[in-house]
Amino acid sequence: MRLSRQSALVLRVAVGFGLAFIYIPLGVLAIYAFNASNILEWPPPGLTLDWFPKALEDESARQAFTTSLKVAAAATAIALLLGTLASLAVARHRFFGRETISFLVILPIALPGIVTGVALNNTFTQVLGIDLSLFTVIVAHATFCIVVVYNNVVARLRRVSASFEEASADLGADPWQTFRFVTLPNMRSALGAGALLAFALSFDEIIVTIFTLGAGEETLPYWIFTNLFRPRQLPIVNAVAVIVVLLSIIPVYFAHRLTREEGGATGGRGGRGREVEAEATAVP
Amino acid sequence: MTTETVVERRSAGRKLAGLFHGRRRLQAGTLLAGPLAWLVVVYLGSLVVLLVSAFWSVDPLSGELVQGFTFENFELLWQESVYGDVIGRTVLVAAAVTVTDALLAFPIAFYMAKIASRRGKALLVVAILLPLWSSYLVKVLSWRTMLSNGGVINWALEPLGLEGPGYGLTAVWLVMSYLWLPYMILPIYAGLERIPDSLLSASEDLGGRPLTTFRRVILPLSFPAVVAGSIFTFSLTLGDYITPRLVSNDQFIGNVIFNNISTNLPLASALAMVPIVVMIGYLLVARKLGAFEHV
Repeated sequence: MRLSRQSALVLRVAVGFGLAFIYIPLGVLAIYAFNASNILEWPPPGLTLDWFPKALEDESARQAFTTSLKVAAAATAIALLLGTLASLAVARHRFFGRETISFLVILPIALPGIVTGVALNNTFTQVLGIDLSLFTVIVAHATFCIVVVYNNVVARLRRVSASFEEASADLGADPWQTFRFVTLPNMRSALGAGALLAFALSFDEIIVTIFTLGAGEETLPYWIFTNLFRPRQLPIVNAVAVIVVLLSIIPVYFAHRLTREEGGATGGRGGRGREVEAEATAVP
Repeated sequence: MTTETVVERRSAGRKLAGLFHGRRRLQAGTLLAGPLAWLVVVYLGSLVVLLVSAFWSVDPLSGELVQGFTFENFELLWQESVYGDVIGRTVLVAAAVTVTDALLAFPIAFYMAKIASRRGKALLVVAILLPLWSSYLVKVLSWRTMLSNGGVINWALEPLGLEGPGYGLTAVWLVMSYLWLPYMILPIYAGLERIPDSLLSASEDLGGRPLTTFRRVILPLSFPAVVAGSIFTFSLTLGDYITPRLVSNDQFIGNVIFNNISTNLPLASALAMVPIVVMIGYLLVARKLGAFEHV
């Protein structure tokens, strides 16, 4: 799209302002991770690298990190399975109540975390009599992660014609073969994008986690939560946070590669051709 | 031997395939069984339990749960003005955060989708995704220190003779707008990407000035995506109780639920019905507006 010089300038200023808003707090956080003093005053009296080795050696932080990886991986696996099944049903079949499925899938993420947390906590402890544990956290996380897989895959399936699958069946493939060799390759990158988003949602979740976590277990956000108010631990928390941001470059890189394959931020809305087109009409 | 097993397995697969062949209902039912069982039993079931327990009460003397049926929790919410204030405050901040994020997100999403070069677009997508991966709590903590008396904000404003907002309602609004901004940018960006550039060129060719094109083509087509983003910003604000605790002394719905959960579960459940009802209404409207395709 062509813009007048004036509106292009206004737009650039707005974008710059937005990016500054996003990155200044992260920058401040990063600086505090090098703060030589325990007290969070500004500007910091001096800088040090001491907190990083301490954060890496902190046994409880390391354990919490591993726990978070486990929970996120398990929740993502469940979400992938259930989300894919639901999206195949909705995109490839007609049945009574089909419209309700998308509502049902979206509900756990659209209702505030505290509602989901209280409701599941109530059911686990009062109705089912299950002790809270990592298992209950995984169940809770998987519940609100289904939607991101579902949405990515359903959007993809709507774009890929069902006639490929029909052709495969006509040529004698059984349903599994059709899924394995036709449907799955078509939705692979949508699955990848959905999985990454689900993993991210679970990895950083705190509110539902507080209500469903067993005694003695700690995910990384929970570890941060408990150490936030301990002045002696605060610099280590800051260092851990910076390390997590740095590590998150890995999944963001993969997410980016997936979307580059497809075009679009959340797993393939819009195509590669459009990107090129956008480039051709960009303001010089 | 090996060929035999392959043939056998194949025939078993064939049998199974034959069972499903042409039976579309059976196919759909098999696909849906797992997800439906999970969402209906685990999730809706829990919500129903929550609804039921909102009609229970707590014995004032023993403090024990009475599993009877009473409206007293809802009556209390209705009569005590404190709860009305809390609900009003929460909904107001949620609306303010949603509007703020929509205003901040749109130019960024628009620039990403329609103006930036391919490289610039790639960089911006990463720049928006990255904060989504950094810990929510740590971001709130960062704001807490920035807003504190000796924090960056006061330090930066002091030479201008100004003072930051400190802790309070403004701080909650600011921090929540910050936290949920990426959740607004991404759906709008995806929605704008879906608008073919040829539509914009057509509007231009027909004599539409950029502002007209924006108002009459871009805005109506991307509005469902904005609504999709607003589901997140609104709902996340509605239920958050950690941010208000860290940057204000104000009570939000989440705080009151959290504070009552161990002492008065029925009251907490009744209060939890408020965001549920608000969000279900919000979702029904959002679906009408076509937002679900953009989430």
